[in-house]
Amino acid sequence: MSSDFTDGDEPREFVHDDDGGPDPETHCGHGRGGMGEEVRRKEDKRFITGRGNYIDDIKKPNMLFCDIVRSPHAHARIKNIDKSRALDVDGVVAVLTAEDLLEHDLATMPTLMSDTQDVLVRDKVKFQSQEVAAVIAEDRYAARDGADKVVVDYEVLDPVVTAEEALKDDAPVIRDDIEGQTDNHCLDWETGDKEATDAIFEEADVTVSEQMLYQRLHPAPIETCGSVADFDPGKDKLTVHMTSQAPHIHRTLFSQVSGIPEHKIRIVSPDVGGGFGNKVPIYPGYVVSAAASYVLERPVKWIEERSENIQSTGFARDYDMTGELAATEDGRIQAVRTDVLADHGAYNAVAQPSKFPAGFFKIFTGSYDVDAAYGSLTAAYTNSAPGGVAYRCSFRVTEAVYLIERMVKVLADELDMDPAEIRRKNFIQPDQFPYETPTGWNYDSGDYEAALDKALEMADYEHYREEQQRRIENDADKLIGIGISSFTEVVGAGPGKTCDIAGVEMFDSCDIRVHPTGNATVRVGVQTQGQGHETTFAQIVAEELGMDVDNITVEHGDTDTDPYGLGTYGSRSTPVAGAAAAVAARKVRDKAKSIAANELEAAEADIEWDRQSGEFHVAGAPDRSITITDIAASAYMNHPASEEPGLEAVDYYDPPEMTYPFGSYIVVVEVDRETGEVDFEKFVAVDDCGNRINPMIIEGQIHGGLAQGIGSAMMEHVTFDDNGNVTGGDFMNYLLPTAKEIPNFETGHTVTPSPHHPIGAKGVGESPLVGSPPAIVNAVVDAMAHEGISHIEMPMTPDRVWETLDSVGLSRDPSDSFEIEFGDTGAEPADD
Amino acid sequence: MSTKDITLTVNGETHSLTVEPRMLLIHAIREELDLTGSHIGCDTGNCGACTVVKDGEAIKSCLTFAVQADGSEIETVEGMEDHPDADGGLHPIQEGFEQEHGLQCGYCTPGMIMAGKAILDENPNPTEEEIREGISGNLCRCTGYQNIVKSIQYASDKLDENGEVAAADGGRAETDGGFTCGVENCCGGTGFDHTGGDNE
Repeated sequence: MSSDFTDGDEPREFVHDDDGGPDPETHCGHGRGGMGEEVRRKEDKRFITGRGNYIDDIKKPNMLFCDIVRSPHAHARIKNIDKSRALDVDGVVAVLTAEDLLEHDLATMPTLMSDTQDVLVRDKVKFQSQEVAAVIAEDRYAARDGADKVVVDYEVLDPVVTAEEALKDDAPVIRDDIEGQTDNHCLDWETGDKEATDAIFEEADVTVSEQMLYQRLHPAPIETCGSVADFDPGKDKLTVHMTSQAPHIHRTLFSQVSGIPEHKIRIVSPDVGGGFGNKVPIYPGYVVSAAASYVLERPVKWIEERSENIQSTGFARDYDMTGELAATEDGRIQAVRTDVLADHGAYNAVAQPSKFPAGFFKIFTGSYDVDAAYGSLTAAYTNSAPGGVAYRCSFRVTEAVYLIERMVKVLADELDMDPAEIRRKNFIQPDQFPYETPTGWNYDSGDYEAALDKALEMADYEHYREEQQRRIENDADKLIGIGISSFTEVVGAGPGKTCDIAGVEMFDSCDIRVHPTGNATVRVGVQTQGQGHETTFAQIVAEELGMDVDNITVEHGDTDTDPYGLGTYGSRSTPVAGAAAAVAARKVRDKAKSIAANELEAAEADIEWDRQSGEFHVAGAPDRSITITDIAASAYMNHPASEEPGLEAVDYYDPPEMTYPFGSYIVVVEVDRETGEVDFEKFVAVDDCGNRINPMIIEGQIHGGLAQGIGSAMMEHVTFDDNGNVTGGDFMNYLLPTAKEIPNFETGHTVTPSPHHPIGAKGVGESPLVGSPPAIVNAVVDAMAHEGISHIEMPMTPDRVWETLDSVGLSRDPSDSFEIEFGDTGAEPADD
Repeated sequence: MSTKDITLTVNGETHSLTVEPRMLLIHAIREELDLTGSHIGCDTGNCGACTVVKDGEAIKSCLTFAVQADGSEIETVEGMEDHPDADGGLHPIQEGFEQEHGLQCGYCTPGMIMAGKAILDENPNPTEEEIREGISGNLCRCTGYQNIVKSIQYASDKLDENGEVAAADGGRAETDGGFTCGVENCCGGTGFDHTGGDNE
């Protein structure tokens, strides 16, 4: 057996000074703000008092502002760009086009999948809102005035709007810039055992098939992207403050793009107003602001508007999937087969580990023990913004979970089985872990049935099943639907040998410096965008060093001071950097033992550390003890001859495996047969993310992801018209859920620690967005399943739901519910 | 470009500004007065990150020209700690957001806090539904709103406990608990149905 992560090598043994970490059964906190305690967030004070420092809050003396001229066409050749009128505008300092960037060798930039994207269009526009020119001016109003005056002469070409259209023989070729490219085909990919899978399908009692589109979404953080670039000609150093989820890799890429040596580049990610995968790629605006600052030797700020953000930066999903299951007549799933048509937009710029062209989609066998699986995928270029970013997602796991969890519901309905029962029948059992899937994943741990049972109980499942039946029998105006999703997630990329971003291995890092007065500064290579790292990482270090969480400050987002790391996305912060924090703390603890031995006049081997008290003591003599505060003082003021002075450690953690959080979500909806509106009656989420660091933060993450799941399932869609115009490209048309569309969630948890993670944690941020959309769609389908409905596409807008109701005779005409009387004369009502 | 002299009283401090007529109020607050707590999240008045309280009413300062606010009293998140209800520390709404984990990335938070303040000024004891209605002009992508609602409820309870609301309310007439952003044809505050549109 070989998974992708052992690949011929034996799995690496994880070595560190590990006393086993906190025990989830007995550990309930020791009052110092360690594992499991609901510590209030350290970062909150600045945010609630208006003292946050987001990208647009940065103001530098002599700063210029950059506005980008974007193409109104989706596919067009640029004949000419006339800058002259723009340069006449008061306050405009410069107008940059591709020609200007070429002079500095900055005309193109690599995408994260080794494609080459124009920073400013050189020849041909490939999507609406693509960057054509940049106007640099004294303030943002002048920059916009200038942008309005740049005259671009376009030769409009036929656009290719959908992936299906793109692959037709006569489709215009979008990427004629790639040598040898004669069509819009981007890539093919397959996984699993086709022969074995096909054989099972041929013999199976039952097979089901469904086509489903995971529509194009946008992460749409409330803060858009932006940068403030500041080239210092005195030091030959470029500082770029930017909305980055991955500042270190961005520094490396900036160096590669610009030719500026990496030690002469500093990337600073200030407070980031949400990212959700949108702020992983490099965008032209960042490069333009840096180029302009380099050329003009003044700081240059670039801030996106919302429509620019949605229309030109990394979208998510856009997978048109066919799912198939083969099963026995009593509901045992034997095989899964899937075929995907992926729209990658104009460039291959998906943000995922480079050896995974379809991301982690091959986790599509989910929580189920199946005999065989096969998946294939074709990706196409279209005249739309590049993307396929991991929107709160480990690289297509969201699409995979949607596929399998939808298909299980389709199969349950086909067999007339309860969807909870069919899941129970097929779950991988706790004693099967570590479990290798037919597509080569190596699941670390799980107890899927426990999570499902808990969710069923919390949801009062039987009650709602009865209520559902009652409504059907009474021909009620509102139908009940119950949806389940029992998902398995994959998070925490690396290990580095299999997962890399632009060649850089996906490890992460933590640097701990304990100061002479007993407090500590902790620096991590990941970058928060709201996840609460300043609190969570402090808690990990507090737990592992016996310090008080209040005495620990966590820093991140400055490549000049923080250890190199791969950043925050795909729920990798806790699995990877969290592990680094624990291991670094244990390295500090090792040295602390040596200092304790010196202070307590005992042999180092006799020094024990007590997790509960946080103190170091002589074995068998608990009263001969010393605190980490006193040890810190000794490290600088009375260090043992056998050790260097100081008390610090750094760890670069390359995870031996990914972690596999899981959970069961149950959604009860009420579907209005008159209006097609869907109300959430109950929304239960039971998550298992292994050992829990801060339950309050975890619950907050779950809430947020579930709300995004509702957005995905019910409202959000980046739409295009036939000309490639983005018709869902701002907040008027790309609808984010408000407080009125989001119900109260009931959250629960089970705890199945990761066996290979130093503190048994798995990561949680993306689980709710990965797991909830299929539960929601399953619920709405379930309300109509008795009339044979097997699928509804997302977003399930009221009109789409009503059309579906209507297709099986379940709709109600609103006029039936009241009588219109025109008076007793029988005369037509008079016009006003 | 012609300019106009205006006076804005922000968090109790009066400022004289010379602005272009087209300058947005949010830019005047953020860039002329350097009060960067209020944010910009969209171009269309939907997100509410720029929400400030103008003459007692929550408005979207990205849909208001600075000149429209000439002579008005504006409250932003930066003034909350100086509010009498803050009692020298955090305002109960700020405290609510901290205690109930009502924020994650923090970007929408100042707007939410000001929307929350407008809700409670109008109706010191709003129901959950009234709070949800009241903040429906403010988008949050991180929290799922549940804890934001709890944060505002926390403040409502705290203000009740302090007994300060009753005194300050002075027998004000009961209200519907909602608020509008104050700009015509914008998100419409309470009236807009965010569920109904098919954006295809």
